[in-house]
Amino acid sequence: MGNYYQPEIETAPREQIIAIQNEKLQKQIKHVYENVEYYRNLMDEKGVKPEDIKTIDDIKKLPFLTKADLRDAYPYGLLGTDLKDCVRIQSTSGTTGKRVVAFYTQHDIDLWEECCARAIVAVGGTNEDVCQVCYGYGLFTGGPGLNGGSHKVGCLTLPMSSGNTDRQIQFMMDLGSTIICCTPSYAAFIGESLAEKGYKPEDNKLKAGIFGAEPWTEEMRQSIQKSLGIKAYDIYGLTETSGPGVSFECEEQTGMHINEDHFYAEIIDPDTGEVLPEGEKGELVFTALDKEAFPLLRYRTRDICVLTRKKCSCGRTHVKMSKPMGRSDDMLIIRGVNVFPSQIETVLLNEGYTPNYQIIVDRKNNTDTLDINIELAPEQMSDKVSDIEAMEKALEGAMRTMLGIGPKCHLVAPKSIVRSEGKAVRVIDNRKLHD
Amino acid sequence: MAIKQLSVFLENKQGQLSEAVKTIAEAGIDIRALSIGESRDFGILRLIVSDTNKAKAVLGDTICKTTDVIAVKMDDNAGALCEVLKVFDEAKINVEYSYAFTSKDLGAYVVFRVDDVATAEKVLLEKGVKLIVKDDI
Repeated sequence: MGNYYQPEIETAPREQIIAIQNEKLQKQIKHVYENVEYYRNLMDEKGVKPEDIKTIDDIKKLPFLTKADLRDAYPYGLLGTDLKDCVRIQSTSGTTGKRVVAFYTQHDIDLWEECCARAIVAVGGTNEDVCQVCYGYGLFTGGPGLNGGSHKVGCLTLPMSSGNTDRQIQFMMDLGSTIICCTPSYAAFIGESLAEKGYKPEDNKLKAGIFGAEPWTEEMRQSIQKSLGIKAYDIYGLTETSGPGVSFECEEQTGMHINEDHFYAEIIDPDTGEVLPEGEKGELVFTALDKEAFPLLRYRTRDICVLTRKKCSCGRTHVKMSKPMGRSDDMLIIRGVNVFPSQIETVLLNEGYTPNYQIIVDRKNNTDTLDINIELAPEQMSDKVSDIEAMEKALEGAMRTMLGIGPKCHLVAPKSIVRSEGKAVRVIDNRKLHD
Repeated sequence: MAIKQLSVFLENKQGQLSEAVKTIAEAGIDIRALSIGESRDFGILRLIVSDTNKAKAVLGDTICKTTDVIAVKMDDNAGALCEVLKVFDEAKINVEYSYAFTSKDLGAYVVFRVDDVATAEKVLLEKGVKLIVKDDI
């Protein structure tokens, strides 16, 4: 059994969770139908009335929302309350088109921070912990979410924001941080920097890390756990649904419990929109059950994953989602083959490389080309050209086996690929330039 | 009596070599010998310098590697190199790469990267071949 922030709800029997969902959904559907014209129009088009939604199972009658809807309705079209009731906005980086601006009432902020508090307690956090938050603060949800959660738990919160790694390390060592929250790529970078400064993993006081906001693999988890001497936990969320904390990992580290009293999850077939049974792989769809200002219903996340209700040893009863296996919009189609950056990362870690890489896709003579720049680890450096060429060849072979197409692998100098302190820029697709 | 060679990983891009050499010059380090192994994507700059540790520090630890190599003084006559290579052959020592240099103080010399430095040194000294040692640099 584990530690809970809100044990009565986190370990509630299944029937009680369903009862909460039924009640909240009925209320929410009225709220949205009355206050969000954009969604009311979608419901009217589909011929669905609030009265048709009586239980959570009726949710499948409702229309989906997509990123395109968010663009169309930007900025106020999906707002569910008066602006005077809103206290905050957060926003996405806007890398895939127009920014998403999400609105929050104080109630929305509280429920979001509670979700983050559950995540912190689940990794062993108490009011005796020192929680170093090195997600970006500002419009990005990472910093504010974990910061709020850390306050709720009563941790001593270090609002570091991202970047300035020397300062991060200085505070970590001087103030004895026990929990660290950041993107997994930044955690890996901090691990490397600690080693460079001559610190061993046991020299820091960290016990756990909460890492999210970008895809990472099991291999990357192992490497971070080793370099920082911690247990590394996943956290999931998106600005559209509030931010990190929609789901989080417990001590089992086998998937993330979705906070089902606030967010209802479905898995659908991305092509047909049909709801798939538990255990099947498909696109994750979220309904915010009690958010006021930005109450998205049936929002299609584009994340591909699996849900399971298998009993968890931590005692939580909330459904678990797998780590997203890829995003439908992350997927690269190269020479007709589907390639996910996470596959490339898996090969690199298996072959003993750092997960610092950049994928460059281009089109030459009407054929797609795939080039992968990979950083050489300092200990892999050789004075012989043949050694390094052999390493490139071996990597190309391993990549071909995993991906089904052959990339060109280029080893580059250690630390020469620019580290982003928020989300890593992993893919450069130059094909668009030619279209 | 092997000497230290510094290998520096450089991307195969314009300006990388001059940047590295400039860094070394600005640190007041003398380059005694130099060669480049090149490939599609990268070059490996191999250097014998007056202060290996300092050069490593200014170029950046992560892109450098030090290797033991043997530097043999060459008499200026036909067949001098053949003699040395014959010694290696007899001792079954494989030469990975080598490069030659001359200087006013040291005369002509050839740097050898071999697969077995200890044996190479031993057999060369047995044959009375003159080696360049750390203090010469």
